[in-house]
Amino acid sequence: MSFRLREGGRLIDRSKVLRFAFNGASKKGFAGDTLASALLGANQMLMGRSFKYHRPRGVVASGAEEPNALMNLGKGAFFEPNQRATTTELYEGLEAGSQNHWPSLETDIGALNGYVSRFLPAGFYYKTFMAPRHAWKYLFEPFIRQSAGLGKAPEEGDGDRYEHFYMFTDVLVVGGGIAGLQAALSAARTGVRVLLLEQTADWGGRAVVDGTVIDGMPADAWVQATLATLSEMENVTIRARCMGAGIYDHGYVLGYERVADHTPQAGAPRHRLWKIRARQVVTATGAIERPLSFAGNDIPGVMLASAVRDYVVNFAVAPGKRTVVVTNNDDAYRTALALVAQGLSVPLIVDARPRGGGALAEQAARAGIAIRKGGAIAGVLGGKRVTGVKVCAMNGTDVTEVACDAVAMSGGWSPVVHLWSHCGGKLLWSEAEAHFYPDPALPPTNHTGAGFVRAAGISNGAMATSACLADAQSQGAAAGLAAGGNAVSDAPAAAEDLPAEPLQPVWLMPEGAPIAMREKAWLDFQNDVKVSDVQLAAQEGFESVEHTKRYTTLGMATDQGKLSNINGLAILSKALNEEIPQVGTTTFRPPYTPISMAAIAGEARGDTFQPLRQTPMHAWHDANGAYWEPVGHWRRPYCYQRGRETVEQAVSREVRNTREALGLLDASTLGKLLVKGPDAGKFLDMLYTNMMSSLKPGRCRYGLMCSENGFLSDDGVVARIDEETFLCHTTSGGADRIHAWMEDWLQCEWWDWNVYVANLTEQYAQVAVVGPNARTLLERLGGMDVSKDALPFMAWSDGTLGGFEARVFRISFSGELSYEIAVPASQGAAFWETLHRLGADLGAMPYGTEALHIMRAEKGFIMIGDETDGTVIPQDLGLNWAISKKKTDYLGKRAQARSDMVRDDRWRLVGLETLDGAVLPDGAYAVAEGNNALGQRRMIGRVTSTYHSPTLGRGIAMGLVEHGPERMGEVLEFPGTDGRVFKAKIVDPVFYDREGEKQDV
Amino acid sequence: MRRYSAFAIAREAARHHQGWERAWRSPEPRKKYDAIIVGAGGHGLATAYYLGKNHGLKNVAVIEKGWLGGGNTGRNTTIIRSNYLQDPSAAIYEKARSLYETMSQDLNYNVMFSPRGVIMLAQTHHEVRGYQRTAHANQHQGVSTRFISPEEVKKLVPIINLDGPRYPVLGGLWQARGGTARHDAVAWGYARACSDMGMDIIQKCEVTGVRSSNGQVMGVETTKGPIDCDKLGIVVAGHSGVLADMAGFRLPIESVALQALVSEPIKPCMDVVVMANTVHGYMSQSDKGEMVIGGGADGYNNYTQRGSFHHIEETVRALIETFPMISRLKMLRQWGGIVDMTGDRSPIISKTPLGNCFVNCGWGTGGFKAIPGSGWAMAELMAKGESPLAAEFTMNRFKAGRFIDESVAAGVAH
Repeated sequence: MSFRLREGGRLIDRSKVLRFAFNGASKKGFAGDTLASALLGANQMLMGRSFKYHRPRGVVASGAEEPNALMNLGKGAFFEPNQRATTTELYEGLEAGSQNHWPSLETDIGALNGYVSRFLPAGFYYKTFMAPRHAWKYLFEPFIRQSAGLGKAPEEGDGDRYEHFYMFTDVLVVGGGIAGLQAALSAARTGVRVLLLEQTADWGGRAVVDGTVIDGMPADAWVQATLATLSEMENVTIRARCMGAGIYDHGYVLGYERVADHTPQAGAPRHRLWKIRARQVVTATGAIERPLSFAGNDIPGVMLASAVRDYVVNFAVAPGKRTVVVTNNDDAYRTALALVAQGLSVPLIVDARPRGGGALAEQAARAGIAIRKGGAIAGVLGGKRVTGVKVCAMNGTDVTEVACDAVAMSGGWSPVVHLWSHCGGKLLWSEAEAHFYPDPALPPTNHTGAGFVRAAGISNGAMATSACLADAQSQGAAAGLAAGGNAVSDAPAAAEDLPAEPLQPVWLMPEGAPIAMREKAWLDFQNDVKVSDVQLAAQEGFESVEHTKRYTTLGMATDQGKLSNINGLAILSKALNEEIPQVGTTTFRPPYTPISMAAIAGEARGDTFQPLRQTPMHAWHDANGAYWEPVGHWRRPYCYQRGRETVEQAVSREVRNTREALGLLDASTLGKLLVKGPDAGKFLDMLYTNMMSSLKPGRCRYGLMCSENGFLSDDGVVARIDEETFLCHTTSGGADRIHAWMEDWLQCEWWDWNVYVANLTEQYAQVAVVGPNARTLLERLGGMDVSKDALPFMAWSDGTLGGFEARVFRISFSGELSYEIAVPASQGAAFWETLHRLGADLGAMPYGTEALHIMRAEKGFIMIGDETDGTVIPQDLGLNWAISKKKTDYLGKRAQARSDMVRDDRWRLVGLETLDGAVLPDGAYAVAEGNNALGQRRMIGRVTSTYHSPTLGRGIAMGLVEHGPERMGEVLEFPGTDGRVFKAKIVDPVFYDREGEKQDV
Repeated sequence: MRRYSAFAIAREAARHHQGWERAWRSPEPRKKYDAIIVGAGGHGLATAYYLGKNHGLKNVAVIEKGWLGGGNTGRNTTIIRSNYLQDPSAAIYEKARSLYETMSQDLNYNVMFSPRGVIMLAQTHHEVRGYQRTAHANQHQGVSTRFISPEEVKKLVPIINLDGPRYPVLGGLWQARGGTARHDAVAWGYARACSDMGMDIIQKCEVTGVRSSNGQVMGVETTKGPIDCDKLGIVVAGHSGVLADMAGFRLPIESVALQALVSEPIKPCMDVVVMANTVHGYMSQSDKGEMVIGGGADGYNNYTQRGSFHHIEETVRALIETFPMISRLKMLRQWGGIVDMTGDRSPIISKTPLGNCFVNCGWGTGGFKAIPGSGWAMAELMAKGESPLAAEFTMNRFKAGRFIDESVAAGVAH
């Protein structure tokens, strides 16, 4: 059994008892506990079920590398699956549940998979479930999906809040162990800004658990003293509970701070995502202990030696009463000594090395612990809990049984090289330590090609304490210098190392273990990948390490192979008869450990999901029945509903009122780009298909813009302000795109032209005053002459209207007498309200985007995005009149001369009138007899815009039809998607006031 | 080749699976082949497979710089759909989709094609009209799609938030027979079948040059020495420009990183694939339980296979807005692949200026779903000199201005 010791525990406060629930049962722990230590303290070793075979799983590690102890945590909007118990700080009222079992953790039907595991080796699913064909969708896949997955799916949105934090620093040090502290100190001494992050709440890493002596004092004391020194330095920022999650190009680093996971619902943001730009990064991320591969190494009670030590020293929790230690290195002896120091029994240390260990082994022997040199574990006894081990010689002979209830294993240590590798840092293989470590010659490089990441301490392969501190000092100081600091005299803290015997790589024990043992020797505890699976992959030709990973799922669990990758790699390399470095690793990808989606999104959710652009009249619209439509980041009123009107009724009313009396449109979203400079005319001649340089100041011209490929991309009215200045109106959705398009050409191609572009879209509020009473209203406002003579069609003028500074354009998108009036944005709301007040008896009503669309369609005006879709050229739309024949060039001109662009059977714009007055379905296609070369029904045209015209009382549509304009009067068939076939006659696209008498009055 | 079956597994279980043979051989290259395919990704392997199966051309080598299936085949989000707008696209993607339906049986390899259905959400009026148009086109193209109401969307995807404050769901384009497949298995299944036909798949062999004489291709230089061939197919996705340069021509291709990510695995909560183009993201749940998420491509050209974090942020934000419950999940892993983009976002399956040298590239962000159709068409083109499915996808179309622009239908990477 696992239990709480009477004394000790560096991190727990026994005076503060915390109550929590596990699978509904009430348990007790102490402040300072992790969920894992509290569960162990309450004799709960069984914490979950594995992914594939649903095998019983106990906690195996004590930190971020834990693959087994994953919990459903919290409830409702505060629920979260797959939380590692080892990195979950305990709090009062915590509710946890184990995962992936039914009906209960103790009795799991899914465990039947384990009994047939013989039939379910790596990749078995690629070889079966193929017949009958539909069984995959209806039978096998649903079954597999149900038994796969881990935690429960959250059922609600998120009740917490999250935030982002931006930080610039000269040196970022990741890791708050002794190496990180030393590196931060040495970097800070060069005078540069230093940011130091530690992923846990506790500083000092392993040294404080191991009782190392630094500068003549216990590591704990040295850590506290160093922290105090750093805290007092103005150029140093320190954060605990903040993990270095990923390193990206150009010194961009993500920090993931778990601000309030341990104090839920207390008002603080739960997570904070740090977006850090660092000149230099020091990764002092330590190392992770490797499990050993032997039969039964997954039975609850088998743990990493370091984890056993952590639980005993940090939390005063004993994983068992009798613990067998098995190792291939000296470090695990510390675990045996720590256990014995607490009065716990260590019946045997099994050391794979024929010569055994060094100074620590001598201490263990002096403490009376039996040691078997050159030994191995032949098997672990027990089911849901260890009851003993079978011990043998490394060659598998001489088997004896030892009763125990826990096994502490150590296969050596692998430096945490994840951050180093994220952005391209390369690795070397150390034969002595049997691990990968950073290759200092091939670091991740920044924009200048220089390295910007340094590994320090154990994560750099400096395993002994003195070497670790010395390396950290030198990397920290070097990072400080590289980031612009000053050279100062500095020395690392001093530590003495115990004489040690070298590690002996052991990838499988005993040597040459038979298949029955290999099928029980686990590599990946969560995904149930065994030594035999990796060997099977190699046997079947999955020789690349990536193939093996994907075929066996090794390292694809939520721990991303922190415990399993190197062991699996070693098994693979042996099976392939290649050296480990030749086989190589899989790619290390961010994040180091999983980070919440919520933190990634930060505050951008709900109303703040994306910036909402509002015109100055937005509040008025909202108060007056606006039915909103998203247009890019804007919202525009689709229509304004009055009383119990439907949307359709409102739209009809708005169209009729505008045509008969007076409509007001908030056109502020219209793009307004000011193009200015001596070369402005030349520039616009290139951008527009029309000639713009010949436009007279005071006049407006409708213009078209095309892509280099000749396709129509935007349109709008250009007004010439003066000799050097043009105001280009774009579509609402196109303003930013066209601005960028202009800048692209000015910055990349015509950088020597004297032109400047300013996006004034939001500087002006713009109102379209439309309808027979438009002029009357403006005359009432007074201030400037808006008569036909003073301000003819397609002219503009500056002046005042009703006391408002205004620029008035005589342009029309509706076919009615129409003025578009721009006033400063700050005056927009007042101007809008004034128009409504003075126009009330003239029938002034606002109209929305749908009425706008209908009126332009009645007039046969095209709409970018409806009549165009990136495949349409102006010539298709009968807009040849807007294409200058005089110009030698414009963007798209050459493209429009290409063979496919001048084909005479291109689909061209026509009007469409259904025979029965019905409204054609949006996007319907006209079909002809027969099929095309691909066997598809031959299509000869399509509907681009279709509306019910309130003015004409019938359906009207525009469309693109093969040879369209030459087929006037012909009737085409448009099948709907509901089986109905619409018949429509090809007509002129101008349905209303063909002569243009109404707009030019 | 020994067939895979439940029976075979039972037989092998009796001997602890020590009798399974290699899925594909690992031969040294011969001096000459009738045809060489450069690139052992899904498209390259499928090309080789159909060269053998449909055209009897089996003296074929597939040469791969890294490991087979290691490029975009093994990095995509495994979505299969054919609800494209333009005729040539709908034809080749629908051909591919239909081949996926029987691929497991054809290859005797379970590629786990899961026709669970794909929804493309309409979240603006403009998008509604766009998808209604696609639905109309699809019915004439023989592609079964339907525009569905928000209520139907909710029924298919209970975790969706229909009434987000910014972009309420107005409907969706539903392709019931679209879905997903196990991406690695597609490459492995083809590789096994090709190897079984006697073809050589040569991994860890980089092509360093293309040899030609009198305007005809003669063979390739590789890190394992020169290899002769009568016909050469270049099928290397993101590095197509590099190979084309070796062969002496240029391609209208840009290479950018496209990123994806997965959450930690959870129990089943979403049975269909959802794409949300307005907010820019798409998501499905793998059989393992991970939420598989994709978004946009980087705005700059590069070969890093990494990508910048702000795209991940944009995508995750979009999907939390669409599926609020994923806010409480964690991102397990993010990665990137290099996609080859043409000017019209449609592929190139084409003859080249070099005689008997063919190129298949430009699948951009949507290649996985096309693999079998692409291989089918490319094989036909290489064997017969023409293929109806490939006819419109020539590289000359850019000179003629005969674009096959899908951007109107699929504004998001996919």
